[in-house]
Amino acid sequence: MTRLLITGGTLLDQHGERPGAVAVVDGRISEVAASIEPGDGDDVLDATGCIVSPGFVDLHVHLREPGKEEAETIETGSRAAALGGFTAVVAMPNTDPAHDSVSVVQFVRAQGEAAGLCEVLPSGCITVGRAGEQLAPYGELAAAGVHLFTDDGNGVQDPLLMRHALEYAGPLGVVLAQHCEVAALTKGAVMHEGACCSTLGLPGWPSIAEELMVFRDIELVRLTGVPMHFLHLSTARSVQLVRQAKADGLPITAEAAPHHFTLTDEMLTGYDPLFKVNPPLRTRADIDAIKAGLVDGTIDAIATDHAPHAPHTKEEPLDQAPPGMLGLETALALAITELDMPLAAIVAALSWQPAAIAGVADRHGRPIEVGEPANLTVFDPSLEWSVVPAQFASKSRNSPYGGRTVTGKVRHTVFRGTAVVRDGAATR
Amino acid sequence: MKHLLSISDLTPDQIHHLLELTDHMVEVSSRPIPKVPALRGKNVVSLFFEDSTRTRTSFDTAAKRLSADTMNFAVSSSSVNKGESLRDTIETISAMGVDAFVVRHKSSGAPQMITRWTNASIINAGDGWHQHPTQALLDCYTIRTGLNRRDGFDGLRIAIVGDIKHSRVARSDVQAFAALGAHVTLVAPPTLLPPSIDDWPVDVSHELDPLLPHLDVLYLLRVQRERMDDALLPSLHEYSTMYGLTAARSARLAPHALVMHPGPMNRGVEMVVDPSELPGSVILNQVANGVAVRMAVLFWLLGEGSDLTRSEIAS
Repeated sequence: MTRLLITGGTLLDQHGERPGAVAVVDGRISEVAASIEPGDGDDVLDATGCIVSPGFVDLHVHLREPGKEEAETIETGSRAAALGGFTAVVAMPNTDPAHDSVSVVQFVRAQGEAAGLCEVLPSGCITVGRAGEQLAPYGELAAAGVHLFTDDGNGVQDPLLMRHALEYAGPLGVVLAQHCEVAALTKGAVMHEGACCSTLGLPGWPSIAEELMVFRDIELVRLTGVPMHFLHLSTARSVQLVRQAKADGLPITAEAAPHHFTLTDEMLTGYDPLFKVNPPLRTRADIDAIKAGLVDGTIDAIATDHAPHAPHTKEEPLDQAPPGMLGLETALALAITELDMPLAAIVAALSWQPAAIAGVADRHGRPIEVGEPANLTVFDPSLEWSVVPAQFASKSRNSPYGGRTVTGKVRHTVFRGTAVVRDGAATR
Repeated sequence: MKHLLSISDLTPDQIHHLLELTDHMVEVSSRPIPKVPALRGKNVVSLFFEDSTRTRTSFDTAAKRLSADTMNFAVSSSSVNKGESLRDTIETISAMGVDAFVVRHKSSGAPQMITRWTNASIINAGDGWHQHPTQALLDCYTIRTGLNRRDGFDGLRIAIVGDIKHSRVARSDVQAFAALGAHVTLVAPPTLLPPSIDDWPVDVSHELDPLLPHLDVLYLLRVQRERMDDALLPSLHEYSTMYGLTAARSARLAPHALVMHPGPMNRGVEMVVDPSELPGSVILNQVANGVAVRMAVLFWLLGEGSDLTRSEIAS
């Protein structure tokens, strides 16, 4: 068995930072030392100038398969994930058919295994067909390995149903993840409700539509004691609500997407659907609050909400175009470029913290130690590069960052002991 | 200037220039044969993705008076109904050789989007709740002539009353009236105002009656029945009671004050009195001025290289 050597880098995990080399044999870390001399037949990955960290885990990706393979497939999305440094991704359930049956989640998992670029973790629906009316079969889905349940794209509107969902799911040890949006307040909404939408003549998506559901669900967690995760928080008040809930000791976690700490609603001034996303881009004050939430740990994870859309759909007028933007291949760079946080904290929010929420802390986001599964990311934290969506591995091109210069790029990604990304290129 | 997408694209000087050009077009329109060769050989395509009678007809008449070739592309008879995308529609028609598209679309921003896919000039004939710039220009022209304010609107007090939130006319008029120096007050219940207008150059009032004696222009907007569905209004009757122009309210207007409406009117809602009995009503002047303003806009965007003197237009 060929030994894989990662040499010349700085190791960074939950135990801190130190210069070091890592040897990998048969999918597991076989040696960790200040330096390891390459032997004959060793496959060497040069990590000079790079950070070697546990692989990243994205709690929130849309891989579009089954149903919208013209926008993304599990294979192309997995490749984009690997290039972004992710060794595991949670696939959102809003496919066609949705992830509300064992056969669909088994299909998604199998397609991920066939691609072999990262571990694809199918989420399950909270309700059948994400219709908000009938509980999905959590027990069967949990037995099939599903850990995170969500109707993402839709919030669960009915408070009674949400209460029962939490109560029923509690003993199964799974986590329910809410897309926080009170739909009655966002009918026809295209962008953040504020000064920009008023001038542009577009229906607004008010912050309170998110915050009311965050508040409701915090109280349901208080009532039931069952853990809950909040997807893509976008407003300052939401961050504050979660901060208080955590201070109260409630079992709540939260994520934020890079675009919500990077872009404001003013980007919509040109009516370009590339900037349409749900929840919408908000204000500078909201961005500052999201950043503060990441810094103080109120927000546990950076999750991309990678949402590929076929190019022609993003050429519809703004109110008709689907919401969502690509995220997998730019997340690390945007975090390094935009966040005033130590690298260790950024990696924590990209790796072991989301790994715990996704229920994969036994194999992803592990410390870099002998015997651990070799899911590792090697990235250059100071490499400047220019975002060119046409070069993405994703099948779609709907990144709002085209032409932007960012700092930080993945050099190698090791998944189950294999270099699936080598020198910035996918190997399979 | 290549396109006319929004009043905010225009400087006050450019607005004045277009209004002066409109004077020439009014003169042309008053001739026994109201037609000049200024845009001979230019192809103007009307692309109406949303129903409109008066705006489409007005642009069509304007283009014909300038001798442009015109083509009407109504959505009901087009391939859009067969699922053709906006981009493909634009690129296909552009390939036939188009100098200007006159675009009406239910989606805010659609005319701006279209500029990506064609070299033709885009004239916004109304997009969603966003803008209707030629309406604002014809409204300015109507006020300018009606109140004899050729030099601008400094000191004029204008109230725009009604469903501001959903109105492209209001968004355009606010920018145009303010650019020319008017003091604009928006009058509506809070539910019919946009969510955040702190940076708009306007005052806001939820009452019409105290303003009436001080107004130079009372501009009424159409209030639609659909607004009851989202609980924005209790009833059209209540709206009419609070904001409708009744005989009693019109009697409180200053003698010189103008009453305007972009049409189509809701009789018995915002317009309770018969406008033909209102001495200050210039509603039909707005329609007549619409043709001349649209001639000015077409000439301004497409007549590059042409001399703007009267004789050239008259030749």
